[in-house]
Amino acid sequence: MSKRADVETKILIAGFGGQGILFAGKFLAYIGLLNGRQVSWLPSYGPEMRGGTASCSVVISNGPIGSPIVNNPHYLIVMNTPSLVRYEPDVTPGGLIFADNALITRKVERKDVQAFYIPATSLADEMGLKNLANMIILGAFIKRAGICAYDDFAPALDKTVPPRRKNLIDANLKALETGYSYD
Amino acid sequence: MSVIENQSIDGETDVIENSEWAATSKFVFTKPHSLVDVPTHYCPGCTHGIIHRLVAEALDELNICGRTVGIAPVGCAVMAYDYFACDMIEAAHGRAPAVATGVKRTLPDNIVFTYQGDGDLAAIGTAETVHAALRGERITVVFVNNAIYGMTGGQMAPTTLPGQVTQTTPYGRSTETAGFPIKVCEMLATIDGTYYAERVSVDCVKNIRAAKKAVKKAFEYQVRGKGFNIVEILSTCPTNWGLSPQKACNWLSDNMIPYFPLGVYKDKGKADE
Amino acid sequence: MEKVLMKGNEAIAEAAINARCLHFFGYPITPQTEIAAYMSRRLPKLGGVYLQAESEIASINMVLGAAAAGARIMTSSSSPGISLMSEGISYIAGCDLPCVIVNIQRGGPGLGGIQPSQADYFQATRSSGHGDFHSIVLAPNSVQEMADLTGVAFDLADKYRMPAMILGDGILGQMMEPVTLDGIGEPVTYDKPWATTGTRGAREHNIINSLILKPEGLEQSNFKRFERYAIIKREEQLHEEYLTDDADIIIAAYGAASRVSKNAIKMVRERGIKAGLIRPITLWPFPAEAFAKFADRVKGFISVEMSMGQLIDDVKLSTGQKRPVTLCARTGGMVHTPEEIAKKIMAADKGEWQ
Repeated sequence: MSKRADVETKILIAGFGGQGILFAGKFLAYIGLLNGRQVSWLPSYGPEMRGGTASCSVVISNGPIGSPIVNNPHYLIVMNTPSLVRYEPDVTPGGLIFADNALITRKVERKDVQAFYIPATSLADEMGLKNLANMIILGAFIKRAGICAYDDFAPALDKTVPPRRKNLIDANLKALETGYSYD
Repeated sequence: MSVIENQSIDGETDVIENSEWAATSKFVFTKPHSLVDVPTHYCPGCTHGIIHRLVAEALDELNICGRTVGIAPVGCAVMAYDYFACDMIEAAHGRAPAVATGVKRTLPDNIVFTYQGDGDLAAIGTAETVHAALRGERITVVFVNNAIYGMTGGQMAPTTLPGQVTQTTPYGRSTETAGFPIKVCEMLATIDGTYYAERVSVDCVKNIRAAKKAVKKAFEYQVRGKGFNIVEILSTCPTNWGLSPQKACNWLSDNMIPYFPLGVYKDKGKADE
Repeated sequence: MEKVLMKGNEAIAEAAINARCLHFFGYPITPQTEIAAYMSRRLPKLGGVYLQAESEIASINMVLGAAAAGARIMTSSSSPGISLMSEGISYIAGCDLPCVIVNIQRGGPGLGGIQPSQADYFQATRSSGHGDFHSIVLAPNSVQEMADLTGVAFDLADKYRMPAMILGDGILGQMMEPVTLDGIGEPVTYDKPWATTGTRGAREHNIINSLILKPEGLEQSNFKRFERYAIIKREEQLHEEYLTDDADIIIAAYGAASRVSKNAIKMVRERGIKAGLIRPITLWPFPAEAFAKFADRVKGFISVEMSMGQLIDDVKLSTGQKRPVTLCARTGGMVHTPEEIAKKIMAADKGEWQ
């Protein structure tokens, strides 16, 4: 993360409802919060949440955050083809796109952005980390974007996972680790 | 010196001193303490006065006036807040059961009643009535059904009888175009949350005495923490019916009671005993 | 003071509990439903009452009953639901009862949409019901302010015995930001000798009522209420200024639109254009003086609003039309991009005030 006061890290995460898009965004926001940054998290809401596409904007900044809406993300994380089609054109030039190529059938078309392909859903299945593809791709993103150190994962998870689901923290950590160390 | 002590509901003692007649007389009829001593605005012959008295007597006899909050409707009884001696709230048209819910849920140890007419309770406020019953709100609803809109000058009510002439049914209520009267007790009796529903009438002394028992019961149940309680009281409107007070009572007996049969429609209290 | 991430809607709910609001009556509607859900989870554990009413009409009348009974009380809804509540809000104002009403606005008119909007500005600030009356209207622009202003709303409502409204929008309701409630102290409590709690045989009966049939009496009652409004206008205006000291162009914006406006101001300042922001925090009373003092100093004003020209009226009124005031509007659930606001500022800087 840049230390410059005026630099905002703008992240957009998108996929199907049920893939844990909003959870992944909240986890990222807590990473920022625990690192002393200003953060905002804004979900898409409405009927499309139920089974359709889900997305959320996360802004991490050293200064006060203006708009919480990420129209032009520097980082785009996508977990289905419609989201890649929808948001690829919005990424700022030089931005990074992380795509789950276990589910996304096409490649990133733009030449002025960097694309990373992580078969997160297949990895999750192989490792018995059901429903944790979101955290695998997030781990890969965090590593490449230099968002935080590995040690920050556990405390942020502790904040993000609701009390009655604390038993899932280990699996989440494993998923993050899998993505973090994925080449 | 002779002194008559008249025990009031609040345990206070009204002392009447040194009158000749006092020594040899006793009160057989006084205004209930739960009524404020002011003239009402009701038309001559209107039965609202009787019904107010029945409510006030119940509050007196159960000694609950000091912890009661009443909700006045929009309709002829809109100014009931000036007549009952308990704390009073004037609600929007039809919303008395919602207001009562707000009070009762905030002050569960208080006694809360609504006093509503047929337009208020059974037309514009049907949803509030039905849902207060569904929730089993521990309130008492005094429902005055006179088959007409009195305050606005005699228009059709939801309880206007088929064929009945009103200002807005000048050819008589046609069920083809204006639909049928709503039978509130019958409807509310189907609701699990209703604890007590009885229909009574104030057209004659016998029925008034029965009405008094029903009103008191509807409050007693609330005192015991039970609800939803409703007493539907068939009432007259001599002014807008265009009848003398006596003829109005006769019209009620002859026309309303056959359509709206008197009786207990639901009484969970009986089963609980 | 540990900060946690909370949705704006949840922050309002927690702040209300913090302000000793232990009763809640409401009806679900997007995008405010988290408030009701939060209350339904928390209140029963605190000995309070959460009740899902049959309609917004019933909710607001339950609020009236609870307020009459002396409770601190809140309800929440979104635009179409607030329209349904307007009857009850008018009665509450007419009865001089305190309560807090939250409107997390969505696009309209009619059923409209569910995306964020500011199109209920007129409804909120002019009067959200029939008759001569006002509600205090507070417009947060962050999750922390959603919490802080909820406390303020309860306090002002009790202090002046009138409805207070939190006017948010779908973005503020749905977004999460770090928030802490530690800084909010113990709520101020007010004696309510007028409340209908039962006479206990110890006093005359209290009557909560908005019916005054004699016009002379009703006029006097309205006069008295407006004397109170005059005090509120004098003493309770709140606003924020951002980079106004050297500003040539002032943006007027509240809520979510004010956040996007700040991004735009940063963008144009990089190009040497001196733009600033006045953000009304109280929409009623409108911070008229804050705007008036710039009326002779700046080139003009731009009203950036997610509505088709509502806030702009108050900007014009408070600046006496001494300088051009232009509109930068999105509506129907659309939100400005910083770029389009920046464009508008740059055009204005060149003297184009269309």
